[in-house]
Amino acid sequence: MMALPYITEHTGFTGTVYATEPTVQIGRLLMEELVNFTERVPKAQSASLWKNKDTQRLLPSPLKDAVEVSTWRRCYTMQEVNSALSKIQLVGYSQKIELFGAVQVTPLSSGYALGSSNWIIQSHYEKVSYVSGSSLLTTHPQPMDQASLKNSDVLVLTGLTQIPTANPDGMVGEFFSNLALTVRNGGNVLVPCYPSGVIYDLLECLYQYIDSAGLSSIPFYFISPVANSSLEFSQIFAEWLCHNKQTKVYLPEPPFPHAELIQTNKLKHYPSIHGDFSNDFRQPCVVFTGHPSLRFGDVVHFMELWGKSSLNTVIFTEPDFSYLEALAPYQPLAMKCIYCPIDTRLNFIQVSKLLKEVQPLHVVCPEQYTQPPPAQAHRMDLMIDCQPPPMSYRRAEVLALPFKRRYEKIEIMPELADSLVPMEMKPGVSLATVSAVLHTKDNKHALQPPPRPIQPTGGKKRKRVTDDIPDCKVLKPLLSGSIPVEQFVQTLEKHGFSDIKVEDTAKGHIVLLQEAETLIQIEEDSTHIICDNDEMLRVRLRDLVLKFLQKF
Amino acid sequence: MPEIRVTPLGAGQDVGRSCILVSIGGKNVMLDCGMHMGYNDDRRFPDFSYITRNGRLTDFLDCVIISHFHLDHCGALPYFSEMVGYDGPIYMTHPTQAICPILLEDYRKIAVDKKGEANFFTSQMIKDCMKKVVAVRLHQTVQVDEELQIKAYYAGHVLGAAMFQIKVGSESVVYTGDYNMTPDRHLGAAWIDKCRPNLLITESTYATTIRDSKRCRERDFLKKVHETVERGGKVLIPVFALGRAQELCILLETFWERMNLKAPIYFSTGLTEKANHYYKLFITWTNQKIRKTFVQRNMFEFKHIKAFDRAFADNPGPMVVFATPGMLHAGQSLQIFRKWAGNEKNMVIMPGYCVQGTVGHKILSGQRKLEMEGRQVLEIRMQVEYMSFSAHADAKGIMQLVGQAEPESVLLVHGEAKKMEFLKQKIEQEFRVSCYMPANGETVTLPTSPSIPVGISLGLLKREMAQGLLPDAKKPRLLHGTLIMKDSALKELGLAEHQLRFTCRVHLHDSRKEQETAARVYSHLKSLLKDHCVQHLPDGSVTVESILIQAAAHSEDPGTKVLLVSWTYQDEELGSYLTSLLKKGLPPAPSGGS
Repeated sequence: MMALPYITEHTGFTGTVYATEPTVQIGRLLMEELVNFTERVPKAQSASLWKNKDTQRLLPSPLKDAVEVSTWRRCYTMQEVNSALSKIQLVGYSQKIELFGAVQVTPLSSGYALGSSNWIIQSHYEKVSYVSGSSLLTTHPQPMDQASLKNSDVLVLTGLTQIPTANPDGMVGEFFSNLALTVRNGGNVLVPCYPSGVIYDLLECLYQYIDSAGLSSIPFYFISPVANSSLEFSQIFAEWLCHNKQTKVYLPEPPFPHAELIQTNKLKHYPSIHGDFSNDFRQPCVVFTGHPSLRFGDVVHFMELWGKSSLNTVIFTEPDFSYLEALAPYQPLAMKCIYCPIDTRLNFIQVSKLLKEVQPLHVVCPEQYTQPPPAQAHRMDLMIDCQPPPMSYRRAEVLALPFKRRYEKIEIMPELADSLVPMEMKPGVSLATVSAVLHTKDNKHALQPPPRPIQPTGGKKRKRVTDDIPDCKVLKPLLSGSIPVEQFVQTLEKHGFSDIKVEDTAKGHIVLLQEAETLIQIEEDSTHIICDNDEMLRVRLRDLVLKFLQKF
Repeated sequence: MPEIRVTPLGAGQDVGRSCILVSIGGKNVMLDCGMHMGYNDDRRFPDFSYITRNGRLTDFLDCVIISHFHLDHCGALPYFSEMVGYDGPIYMTHPTQAICPILLEDYRKIAVDKKGEANFFTSQMIKDCMKKVVAVRLHQTVQVDEELQIKAYYAGHVLGAAMFQIKVGSESVVYTGDYNMTPDRHLGAAWIDKCRPNLLITESTYATTIRDSKRCRERDFLKKVHETVERGGKVLIPVFALGRAQELCILLETFWERMNLKAPIYFSTGLTEKANHYYKLFITWTNQKIRKTFVQRNMFEFKHIKAFDRAFADNPGPMVVFATPGMLHAGQSLQIFRKWAGNEKNMVIMPGYCVQGTVGHKILSGQRKLEMEGRQVLEIRMQVEYMSFSAHADAKGIMQLVGQAEPESVLLVHGEAKKMEFLKQKIEQEFRVSCYMPANGETVTLPTSPSIPVGISLGLLKREMAQGLLPDAKKPRLLHGTLIMKDSALKELGLAEHQLRFTCRVHLHDSRKEQETAARVYSHLKSLLKDHCVQHLPDGSVTVESILIQAAAHSEDPGTKVLLVSWTYQDEELGSYLTSLLKKGLPPAPSGGS
């Protein structure tokens, strides 16, 4: 969602955007923080010449390895964020949204974050599921809805865990033991993090851990321009939380225990390090703040403040950035660096479990998931393994999904249905021919009974034409079957036609009635009578042909 | 003939014990399960024996839907599910699920502990009953079973109130529960999309009222409270713990702050604190303004409003007290009312509807002497004011909702018969749809004609649609197909369609070029066949409907052209007519031609 303003504000996109309410609210907070952080350090000038491919090639690493630099964009403004968000239409899980009558779109809980969704796109006979950023672990959000993904023709799978080898539970344990150790030794702990998401779980664990670990006197600070909003918002989305938390709201109690941490003054939150924070600041302490890339935001100040002492520790929990790269500009560092990435998204074992459960006909995923990660090339278990093998895609590639649409839903109006006379063709199979008027409106099709024939009126016409214009609405039965040529010829002879010649063609036969200058093309599924304008002859031939065919 | 049947067990031409049975597409759904505030005997609960006399209710009902937490919509639920016996699913929204058991427990306490009733449901039964509840979110499509699906819409009225769409196949019913079409200080307005149900079941509490603007009512209310407090009187506002109470609290709170008033405001019973807490946690269900500002200032944290203690009622000096319940039929509000009724300086403001038989209803209808329990007569000297703050849609609102949903017919419940009659006429006149108002136990049967969904092969559909795109797209075209009942295709039956096509040669004496001949044929046919679609295609051929006419040169005689007229068996009449028509030759060429 973080790139939404680029699409809605700069590409001429005019469509509707669908998202769940928590996604919008929390997405807004994340963007707000990002904008706030970037606007704190305005740049008078921005260099762009280096983006020239020839120049970039000569630059030192990592600049020269950066891909697609020409597409890099400047961060959006709050105004653009608001404008982008105003284009979103809120939807709820399992809400069926009709798009132009052609497809139905449904968000489902993905279990990863508050309001995070997988999506089903389906027509009447086909179903495509988009699974991205899902989690099977029990954390705060509503559990992932797997049942609704069943019977998919295609399942697009992306947003798997970045750290397939790390176990989130183990990481949380490691996180707290390191935190406690540092604080006991009189050091400070810095946790670079986003203002929403895993931090809710960390605070909850903290709540349980704080007393048993004797940390109750240590202040915890959460510094972000949106810290307060994030904590408040997390409490009001009861309907999007896991069952345990919902039950709490029914009592009524706040679903997250961080409300109590705040009430008892164990956790304090500030919009930035300036203002109130500088008065309240006590060491040793634990600070949660952004941005996890360590390039901007309040975290930079703490890195510089605490980097020189080996008593202090920085603990990385967000998996989005390589911690070594994040730390590079701060080297040499005396402070301890711990890497406990907590990524609750699906790992490969869970994926294969999920696929077994859901059984899609085809899986589509990014190329990276079809082979083990380059750093661990021998780990054959770190890739998606399914039958048939997944179709992979790469950046900017267009894929044709492997299914063919064969049917569409159409409604038969009750009056028409009444007039249908099914015939039983074989046990359990009935057949009825339908002649109806097709009505198509908003991509919905309906069959209505054919209109009553209208008698042509008007005297002028009659004077010039001997008979009335025939009523083309008279219903003719459909024909089926095929014509055996030899028998047909025999029949023709019986009926007085002579001089019959039969020619073989690629698909069938041509019967020539030389005397009458008539040609009859007979193929497996069609017959074509070409004759002079002799109505008598034509009708005779027609009746003979019809003898060989079944009518409905 | 398929039909929809509706039978109100309660709320039919009445307000109270809402309970409506709906049979749709072979499914039976019970809408709401309420109690009647006006009765204390058997009549307070709906008569469930109507559903079945000896069988289990679960076998006869596919699901129960509760629209909101007011007791006249959910009060009979534990009795129904635990004492009569029902084990199927009960659907309600999250806030309703949270608040409902508390109100039920409250109701039980008053009935059992205060009035000493036996054979009432127990606390445990309330808990067991709530275990059968399935919570739904707004707009979520809940698949009750393969065919039956329900969907909730926002209804305003109270926290968590919802309207429900019940759908089986292409038939659907919308039940509004109670709703409010104008946003108030704490809730938004009801909204529904143009879902075109076969039937809209709507409440009609204010069937004949068109209320003035909310602002005026609020100003009036504040003025009356202010005047009474100024002259040292006490104001009693009987409310239900959730709903109006919060709206009026927000109103008074902001007024007190603005006017810098000092008179105390109290809110009775322990429910209050809890109630406000629910509003804080379910803030997503409140109105836009509150949702936007809640981070800075939560509107449900009141500074001026304090908890009430029984002893305060005898305190001298002015005060404002919100007390439960809202219809003065029992509990604390009635106690305070008895204490204050004798003093003309005091005032009671009834902010909502009062059911017949309650003290509230009696004083509003002008009674000044009330017979209380134990033959005491209570003389009422205090001022009695009625101000409609109850969040029901008024006549205008109901019409608005009918317009929004565009139902095929309307059914009125939850209102008084006389008023319903008026609204019924109005709806029938304005929307030209039939409108019903059954009494309790009376069944309304609506025949429906659901269309039958089938699959159509995409090839056939596309072929037809492509032809539909020709200039005469609006003109109906016949589509021929075969319907197969059973999932096998025509080919599997060994029956391939056989196309029989005729082509007739018509000789014309015309020495001009083929294209010109074709053009002449075109203009000739066009002038004759006004009712048919005649076209001249870019490749030179002419079509009449699906009949193709091509002009070709004669191999031997350059002065003769051959018209090839080609049609299929299905178009035989038109085809043979055309050939006979063309055989007669073309009219003399227009002057420019020769």
